[in-house]
Amino acid sequence: MIIAIASGKGGTGKTTIATNLALVAPAAQYLDCDVEEPNGHLFLKPAIDKQTDVTLPIPLINEELCSLCGLCATACEFNAIAVIGKKVMLFPELCHGCGTCMFVCPETAITETGKVIGQLEQGSAKSVTGDKFTFTHGISKIGNPLTPPIIKRAKKLIENERFVILDAPPGTSCPMVQTLIGSDYCIMVTEPTPFGLNDLELAIGVARQLKIPCGIVINRSDSGDQGIKKYCQRENIPILLEIPFDRDLAFAYSKGEAAVNQSPQLRESFQNLHLKIVAEVEK
Amino acid sequence: MKELTIISGKGGTGKTTVTAAFAILAENKVLADCDVDAADLHLILTPEEISSNDFVGGRAPQINYEKCTDCGECLRLCRFDAIDFSPESGHKINEFACDCCALCAWACPEKAISMIDTINGRWFISATRSGKMVHARLGIGEDNSGKLVALVRNQAKLLAQKDNLELLINDGPPGIGCPVTAAITGVDLVLIVTEPTLSGMHDMERVHGLCRHFDIPALVCVNRYDLNLINTQKIRDYCTEHNLKLVGEIPLDPIVNKAQVARQSVVEFDCGRVSQVVREMWEKVKQELSS
Repeated sequence: MIIAIASGKGGTGKTTIATNLALVAPAAQYLDCDVEEPNGHLFLKPAIDKQTDVTLPIPLINEELCSLCGLCATACEFNAIAVIGKKVMLFPELCHGCGTCMFVCPETAITETGKVIGQLEQGSAKSVTGDKFTFTHGISKIGNPLTPPIIKRAKKLIENERFVILDAPPGTSCPMVQTLIGSDYCIMVTEPTPFGLNDLELAIGVARQLKIPCGIVINRSDSGDQGIKKYCQRENIPILLEIPFDRDLAFAYSKGEAAVNQSPQLRESFQNLHLKIVAEVEK
Repeated sequence: MKELTIISGKGGTGKTTVTAAFAILAENKVLADCDVDAADLHLILTPEEISSNDFVGGRAPQINYEKCTDCGECLRLCRFDAIDFSPESGHKINEFACDCCALCAWACPEKAISMIDTINGRWFISATRSGKMVHARLGIGEDNSGKLVALVRNQAKLLAQKDNLELLINDGPPGIGCPVTAAITGVDLVLIVTEPTLSGMHDMERVHGLCRHFDIPALVCVNRYDLNLINTQKIRDYCTEHNLKLVGEIPLDPIVNKAQVARQSVVEFDCGRVSQVVREMWEKVKQELSS
C-alpha cells in the first residue's frame, strides 16, 4: 500500500505526519521524496547503511567524429547543446538525460557519461514499539535543478508489501507529480488559513487528475478560519485528523523530537490515522 | 534597478508574510510572485488584472493514430516510462510521466508523432494597492515551472524599466531546485527566511549553499525566533561564522495568521511587535540594497 503525504503549501506539517505515521504503522517503509530539502531523517534518526550516487546520463561528444552539423542542437528540447563556431557547447545543468541528441547524431559522435545529481541513502529506523522499519531518502546535490530523476530512483526501492509512506515535496509541479504517480492514496496536510486553502485546492487538483483518492489532515486546526472545513464538506473529502496548535509540541518539533514519542494521546491519534487510511484504501 | 528575492529552503517559514509586508513598505517598486505552482501573494495583495496571457512552456508529443502502426519503437526508447501500451488502445502518451524530450518524435519510423506547442499556465500583470505585480499560475501538474519563473521575472523587470521604478521584489518558491534557481540567478540580494527548528536550519544551510554556488549575497531573518532560543542562537552563530547579516528576529505571534485571514499584510493589520520588527528589517534590507 503506497501512501503519499503532500500539501501544496510548504510548512503545513507533511514531514510531521509522514514521520509520526512511519513510527506507529506496522511494517512501514518511509521514503523522503522531498529531495531538495529532505527533513525526515531529523525526526526518524535512521542508521544509514547504504549510500548510492544518482546519476543522469549526459552526452559526451567525440570531436573527431563530429561534423558540426548541429542536428543535436536542433533536436534538444532543453537548449542544452549549441554549436558555436567550430565547437559543440554542452550546458549540463539544462540536460534532462533523454538521449535524443545521441539518437539523432548521424556521425554516432555522441556517447553518454553519468553526471552525479544526488544521492540515495538507505537504512532503518526504529518504530515506537522498537521494530525496525525501512528508511530511504534522496538528496539533490546543491546546484542541481533537476530533481524528478532522483525521486524516480528512490521510488524504485518501494517494497509493495509494506505500508509505504512517500513524503512529498511542496508545490504542485513535476517533483510533486512524480512523487504521487502510482500511489494508492494521498494525505493532504493543510492549515486553516487562506494560503493553506488556496494551495490545498491546487494539490487536490493534481491528485484528482492522477485519479488518486485523498484525505485531509488539518494541522494547527484551532487557528485561522473555517475555509478548509467548508471546502472539504463541499468537495466531499474526508478529514482524517485534526491537530490543534500546541506550543510544547512545536518546541519538541523544533528539536527534532517526534510527536508520538511526546504525547500518548497523539500516539493514539496516529494509530487511528493509520487504521483510517487502511480502511479508506480498501474501500 | 535593484532586485531582491525572498527564499527559505523550507516551505512555510514566512516568505510570503515578509514579502507582503515589504510590498507595503517599499516605494517605487514592482512585485513578482515567483512561486508559480503554489502562489499565495495575491491572497494578500488582491490584484486586479491588467493583462493576462498564456504561458507556452514548451512542446509535447502527439500521436497521429492514422499513421501509427504500434511498432513500439517509442515505448522501447522512452527513458521516462511515458508510453503506455494496451492491446485495446495501442500506444498512448502518459502526459504526467512525459518529459517532452521529443525522442519518440525523432525515432518514430512512421513519423506519426509530432511535437505540439503546449500551454502550461497563465501569467498576469495586475494592479494592487501597493503597485504593480506580475504573477502566474502553472497549470495543474504541468512542467516548466523554472521557465515560468524566468518569464515572470523578465516581465516584472520590463515593467519596472517602463515605469521607471528602481526596485523589483520577488517572492520565491521553497526548495533548492529548478524554480528556486530561476528565482535567484542574477539578483542583487537574497533574503533567507528561516525558523529555529532543525528542519528550518537544515534547509537554510542548503539554500545558502545554493546562493554561494551562484555567488549571490544573502541576508537572513529568523521567524518565530522565540519558539526555540537555543536554535535561534545556533542560527546567529551560523550567520557570524559565514559572514551573513541577520537582519531580523520575528516573534511567534498569532497576529500573523489573523492578518492573513483578514487578507492584509501584517504591517497594515497591526502595529505590534511583529510589525515593528518587520519595519526595522525592511530598513536594513533597503540599506543593503543601496550599498
